[in-house]
Parts: sequence; structure tokens; C-alpha cells
Amino acid sequence: MSSFNSICKKIHEINPNFEVTEREFAKGQYCIVLNGEDDKWENILKAGQYAVDKKYLGVINDIKLKGFKDEPKLPKVHDDKYDGMTPDVLIIGGGITGCAIAREMAKYNAKTMLVEKGYDVALMTTSRNDGNVHVGIDLHKGTQKHTYLMRGNKYFEQLSKELDFKFERGGHHIYLEENWEKKLVPILELKAKKLGIPGVYYVDRDEMIAKYEPNFPSWAIGAVRMETGGIVSPYKMTIALAENAAENGVEFAFNTAVLGMTVEGDKVTSVKTNRGTIYPKVVINASGTYADIIADMAKDRTFTIHPRKGTDIILDKKCGEYVKTTATKAPFKRYIDEYIFKKKDGSHSKGGGATQTVDGNILIGPDAEEIPEREDFATSRSSLDAVFKKQQHNIEKITYGDIITYFAGCRAATYEEDFVVRKGINTKNIIEAAGIQSPGIGCAPAIAEDVCKWTSEILGLGKNENFNPIRKTYPHLAELPDEERDRLVKENPAYGEIVCRCEQISRGEIEDCLHSALPIFTVDAIKRRCRPGMGRCQGGFCSPLVVKIIAKELGVDECEVRKAGEDSVILYHNTKGGIDND
Amino acid sequence: MTNYDVVVIGGGPAGLAAAISSEKEGAKTLLIEREARLGGILKQCIHDGFGLITFGEKLSGPEYSGKYVDMVKKTKVEIKTLSFVTKIVKVEGGYNITFVNRDGMNYVFTKTIVLATGCRERSARQVFIQGTRPAGIFTAGTAQAYVNLNGKMPAKKVVILGSGDIGLIMARRLTLEGAEVEGVYEVKPTPSGLTRNIHQCLIDFNIPLHLSHTVTKAFGDERLEAVEIAEVDSKMNPVPGTERIVECDTLILSVGLIPENEVANELDIPIDRKTKGPVCDQQFMTEKDGIFCCGNALHVNDLVDYVSESADEAGKHAARYAMTDKKYVPLEVTKDFLYIVPQRLNVSADMKEVILYFRASHDMNKATLSIKVDGNEVKSKKYMALRPPEMERLCLNFEEFGVKEGSKVEFTLTERGE
Repeated sequence: MSSFNSICKKIHEINPNFEVTEREFAKGQYCIVLNGEDDKWENILKAGQYAVDKKYLGVINDIKLKGFKDEPKLPKVHDDKYDGMTPDVLIIGGGITGCAIAREMAKYNAKTMLVEKGYDVALMTTSRNDGNVHVGIDLHKGTQKHTYLMRGNKYFEQLSKELDFKFERGGHHIYLEENWEKKLVPILELKAKKLGIPGVYYVDRDEMIAKYEPNFPSWAIGAVRMETGGIVSPYKMTIALAENAAENGVEFAFNTAVLGMTVEGDKVTSVKTNRGTIYPKVVINASGTYADIIADMAKDRTFTIHPRKGTDIILDKKCGEYVKTTATKAPFKRYIDEYIFKKKDGSHSKGGGATQTVDGNILIGPDAEEIPEREDFATSRSSLDAVFKKQQHNIEKITYGDIITYFAGCRAATYEEDFVVRKGINTKNIIEAAGIQSPGIGCAPAIAEDVCKWTSEILGLGKNENFNPIRKTYPHLAELPDEERDRLVKENPAYGEIVCRCEQISRGEIEDCLHSALPIFTVDAIKRRCRPGMGRCQGGFCSPLVVKIIAKELGVDECEVRKAGEDSVILYHNTKGGIDND
Repeated sequence: MTNYDVVVIGGGPAGLAAAISSEKEGAKTLLIEREARLGGILKQCIHDGFGLITFGEKLSGPEYSGKYVDMVKKTKVEIKTLSFVTKIVKVEGGYNITFVNRDGMNYVFTKTIVLATGCRERSARQVFIQGTRPAGIFTAGTAQAYVNLNGKMPAKKVVILGSGDIGLIMARRLTLEGAEVEGVYEVKPTPSGLTRNIHQCLIDFNIPLHLSHTVTKAFGDERLEAVEIAEVDSKMNPVPGTERIVECDTLILSVGLIPENEVANELDIPIDRKTKGPVCDQQFMTEKDGIFCCGNALHVNDLVDYVSESADEAGKHAARYAMTDKKYVPLEVTKDFLYIVPQRLNVSADMKEVILYFRASHDMNKATLSIKVDGNEVKSKKYMALRPPEMERLCLNFEEFGVKEGSKVEFTLTERGE
């Protein structure tokens, strides 16, 4: 039986009404296309997974979920601000991939524009993950994930230096519980060797405690140390990339969503947005969970995004010592329980881990849940409990009282579970940077490199001789030695005026963010840039002050200041006869 | 570096009272406040009911704190506003405090500290409200700051979770400002706030109070659009099937206050798990010598009068502790000593049997130890040899030597020669 027939058989076992076809996409290259309707998302998902076969370009799963409308969340604004613009390169999406591409594109002599439907960069998947720069031990050799991670992971020291964002290569650790698990370590070491990952080795309990994790869990006998693992703040890194791109002339268009494209022959000739029609020479698709929709507009869709939600929990900084690097429990025991003894613990299958963020909090999670919505960021008690209970094992001291916040994000997974980073197939002036999920942060610099190289080949671009790779961030005074802090306060007294007491953020630091190369005048944008409101009181004390500072900087009434997007009104109107008495 | 007897951290009702009582004892006192104006949270509490016990009259928050601000300004208490403590380090005889303000970094030494840092509010995620994170979810105190300090209305249609006093006060305040308060929901089977506030803020304004209910979920991407409300069982867990959706643009949380103890934590001061404030004695001293705590930083009080009362005591005892602290005399040794333990003598304590340990800093033959008090030799002892590896021990009666406050106690070693 051919593989197509066998796929059909498996899919029809789920639902006999599902329609399975092969569609010739380019000469001799086929996609497998699914159509139909079902009232269970898991059936649609399973059909997509069964359709994966190497002989196809990819799975186009158009099976509809009954009663569900796949509607993108679009900005409300409609104007012609960008109408008629003719950039050489149009990047769609301001996540870490889009911003890494924007910064890399700035190294070439091209007019580059980035459109983002949200009010800021790093809003979606990029700011909703654990910030790990992965090692890649779980990857398969030869996948795009593997290829890009091996290249990308090495760039981080240089990038963090050039762009002035924090990167710590503290290593990642897999905790082992049983002696027999230790016997599997050589297999892991061998895999690491095959994948080209250096620095993977066993560390016993005493050494773990002495060197890496003073609060190593009581049950752990040792750990597999993986030296190349690191961590960044994913949104701060993305902001750094975006600011450097902006400093080098890349134009950012926010609240700008792509609504359609005109494809003439083998080329995208225009891109329609809610703020006018743009006429780019090359289009780069870095649109995350919407990437299949955008690819479809460009007649280049060979894949399907199925969002996979994950919840992460942030713990108080006072727990910071509990985990100093990034830790996960070895999955061996779970594999055996699940696959041999068919025991399931009832929680979501993916484990997640515990990590100390670059800001000194503990982040635990994420879990994994397949959902139809592309940006459903609502949390649930069941996910919260699943993540917490799992990680309570790895960090034995934590309690629910240590939780300061939690959030959810959606991974842009394809059915092939690999990235789709490639040149357009039929449409020659689109480049896909799609299907990016973990380890997307570690891969972003290498993906950007390839995407921009291909773009420059299409357009015949030369180097931008004036490119300045250096971006200076604003000082974070609480982290500086007293003498340095004193000197800065004497230069700018606003640095001495603490606005956020939990994170010790001064008025001066907030004002710096509002004067950056890519300022975004909302409370949450300021929070991501310099952390007022990130602490244990979650903005209870500082948000009225931050609103005031933003209003003053913009010269508008406080009621005009937004929390996040254009409709996230904080204040409606003045109180009865209310005046500002400060 | 300026020296103080007492440094009070926090210029709210607790800090003000502590500074005043400390200065009354004659202690040199510094008050450090992070905001531009003194008064703490009372600045935004424009409702009345403060001061019945202390002043025998019903005052508004600003009136109550205003009385203390007036009092403190009449004293010699030094005040630093817009100043934020960044570091406290234990040193001999007290603490070095670093604080930052618009002038730069400031360094002071103090013998004692009064922590009067108040409390903070529990947030939405800390009471496990699920769903999205739109604008329109405020703690009661934040909403109160917007309305009463910034003069801005953050609400139109409001759901209030928690029947704590600030929640009740805000139900009334927002109603008076034209908002519609749909209801107050309380997870416990009884109200959390004062009975007078239930009457004056809810019943008088026809605002329903729903006991044994909680908010489980928030909806809306940009501004809050609705919340999910559920009944809870006797263990305060939501009962499945009782959920209902209430449309609203604002959720106000009055779900508990937590003493602010960042400073205490950094100093490893033991914390009571129940109060979430430091463990203290009847003089409000924590388990760290010379560090006192009062007001809502110690435990969350119901009435500000009690905040002032504990602060008054804490300030007084901190001052007395600082003043008696002078009764230490250092034990001075010459270069021939590697060290001596103890390094100082508490002259206010029993000194009849003081055990001393010392080592010579180099080999000495036929050495004589001499102890002088105020220049007069009170004791000498002969040694055949002294060597740094060998520790020497003495038991001395310093009372007999006449050591008292301000005495100069000197230890010397000399070689007698051949």
C-alpha cells in the first residue's frame, strides 16, 4: 500500500468524512491537503499529524472545527499612514524572528520596513516563553531546528555584547533520580556528539551542589550538565534587536496588520494593510501563529500552524536562589511509565522546567495544550496547577504563596514540528520564516542570516557601510555599584527618584525608555523595557505614577495613556471637579 | 557619614509616630520616606473614621496624618523624602544604611532602625484569577490612588472582589463618582471589613454583598469585558456548575494586605508565618538587635490608631536601646596582639567573670601582659612565652577594675628581656 493510501486509511478511521487529497504545488512537489469538518479539535489535530510524510512539502490541514471561526485579532485603526510605500523589503511580524531579520537586513543597502499588528514588538509568542537559549539535545539531526540552533546558539555572546542585553550561559541541567538513569547518560553523550553539541557530561550530586545548584533536590543523584545552554530575556533581546534595526534606518509600523496580497505571475506586487497598501520588492513572512494565513495570501502555503498553548509561572525573587540555571527532570522514567506501563499522570504531557531568569526571578513551565485559537492567552487553573505541581518536584521549597504572576502563550507549531525557513516556491519574492517555536530564540540569529542572504540575492543588495552594530541600553541603576549609581544620579537626578519600589526603578530609567530609538508609550511596553510593575506588587504602587510620567512625556491627559493596545483604556475621565493635586 | 541613634524607614502613620516618640526620648532621629510627601497611604484615604481612639474625633486620612506631619515638623527629626533605602549592613554597634535620592547615594550610620514600611495589596494573579490580563483590573488601593490622588476615574461598571475595608470604601467612592458597582463578592462566609463600613458603604448605597462567592476568571483582550463568578464550598473552592458571567469594565480587588518586609528579609530577620511580619518582643524589637518594627509592616492592623500606638512604642524603645547602647567600651590592644575576644565590653551587663581569649601576633619570650583602665594598671600577668598558634585564656573581673561607661581599657604586651 502506498504511503498516501495508508495515510488516507488512518485519517478515515478518525472520521470517514475527512477528505484527503494530494495537490501538486510545484512541478513534482506535492502537499497533502485535508478538508472536512469535525466537532473535536483533537480529531482535526490527529488527522494533521497522520498526514505528515517526508515525500510531501507539508500538510495543509483545512478541516474546520464546528462552531469555531478562525478570526485574527486585528487592530481597530484604519488610515492611510503607510499607503503607497515602496520598501525593498517588507517583514511581517515583530517577534524575535522578525526583529532579528530586521536588524540583519539593516546590514544591507536596502529600505526595510517591518509591519506588526500589535502596538509593540515582542508581544506574542516571543514574550510568552522561558527565554532559554537551548542546547538542542532533544532535536533530530538534519532538521531545521537542529541546523539553525547549532549555528544560532554560538552568536549569543557577540549579540549580547553588541546589543547590550543580558545573556547568561549558565548551562542547562537534566536531573536524574535513579541509578539506572545514570546508565543512559552515555547514550545522551553519544547523541550530543552526533548532533555536534559540545559540553554534555554527567555531574554527581556533590559537585552539582558545590558548583551549580546549592538547592539541588533531595531525590536527585546527579545531573547531565549541558554547558551550551543559556538564557536571555526574550522580550528585552527582541527590543534590543528592534532598536538597533530602527537606529540603522529600518522603519517599524505598529498596529498594522496584513489583510491581503496581490500576486501577479510569480511575484507579490502589493500588500494590503489596515493602514494602506504597501508595494515591497520582497516580503518576509515572520508572522508566528498566523504564518500559514500570510503564506496563503502569497500563494506559498505548504504548511499549517496548529497553536500549542503553554503556561509559565513567575515566582518571587526571594526564591531566586532555589534554581540558579535551568533544570528539568530526566524524562526517562516518565517515558517508561507512559509507553511501557501505559500510566499517565493526567497532566499535560510536556514537562517544562525551572529556570532563573536574567532578572533573578524563577520561571517554571511551560505545559502544552493544543488549541484552535491562534492567540488565546487566557490562563486556566488546571494548567497552573499542572505546571506548579510538576516543578514543585524540581524545586522542593516553593509554595503557592511564592507565585507573583503567570501567563500563557501559543507556540506556532506545524504538523511536521519543524521550522519552515525557505525561499518562496512558486512565488519568487517571498521568504518564509514560519513554524518557529522552541528553540526559536536560539535559532533567530541564524535564521535571520539566511533569510537576509537570500533576500540580498534576489535584490542584488550590497552591504550597508554605515551599519552600526552597537546599541546601548539604558542603565539599570539598582544593578550598578554605589559609586557608579551616585555618578549617574548626579548627572541626572531623575535616576535618584524611585518609582517602582519592588524592582527599584527610577523615574530617569522610565524616561530613558520613552526616549529610546523605538519608544512605545504604554504602561506594559515600559514594563517590558525597564520593569516597573514586574515585581511582587505587580504595579499596584507604581502604575498611577507610570501613567503620569507617560502622559507628561507625551503632553497628553492621563486618560489617553493605554495599558497595552489601542483599546486598553486605563482611565475614563476626570473625577467630579477633580484636579491633579500633585 | 552622619550618625544617628534611630533611623525610621517609612513616613506613613507608623513612621511618623515612631520618629516623634524616638525624638521625644532625646534620640537623634532620621526619617526616610520614598514618596515626595509624608503620610503614606493615608494621603489617599479621604474618607473619615480615622483617629477615634487617638484623638477622640473622626478624621479623614489626610487630616489624621496631617496632625502627625505637623507634630514631626516641630521636632528635631531630620526628614528625607523622595529617598529610597537600597542597602542596610550590620556593623559594629549598629547599621550602615544606604539610600538614594535626587542628590545621589547617601550613607548614614545608625544604632537602631525602626521598620515602618507598611504593607502591600495582594494582586489578581496572587488570588489565582484566571483568564486574560486586560486593563481594568485594579487593586482597591491603586484605584483609590487614581481617583483620589490623580483625580481620574478608572471605572464605569464595577465588580469588587473582597469585602476588606478598602474594597468597601471604594464601592462607595466609585458610586459617588458615578460608576455602577454591580456587587461586592466575598470568598469567606462572613464579611472581612468593619461592620460600620458594610453599613455606610454598601447598605446605604444598595450595593449587594455576595458572601461565599469569588471571581474565577477575567475576559477581554484590551479592556476588561466581563468576569466569571462562582460560589465556593466550605473550603473556599469554586463549586462547578455555579459559574455565571457578569459584564463589567472594572474589577477591584480587596483581597488582603501583606506586610512589606523586603528590608527585613535582606537582614534575615525571622518572620512569623501567620502575620508575615517580623517576630518581635514587647518593645517591638525583632530578633535582630536594634531593629524594631511597627504598624502594618509588623502585622496588618484594622485601625490606624493601633498603627500609631505600636509605632509610638517602637520609636520609644528604639531610642532607649540606642541611648543605652553607648555603654560599650572597646578593649584596645597593641600591635603585639593578633586579636582579642571579645572586642568590646558591655558595661551595663554583669562584668564579674569575663572570659577573654587572645593570641600574640608574633613570638614573644618572657612577656608581661598589662591591663590599664584610664591609664592606671589594674592587672599584670607574666608569660614564659607567647606564640601566635597558642591561644591564651583569661578570666577577669572588670567590675573590680572599676570599668564604667566611657572608660579606656588598654591591653599591652611587653618582653621583659634577659
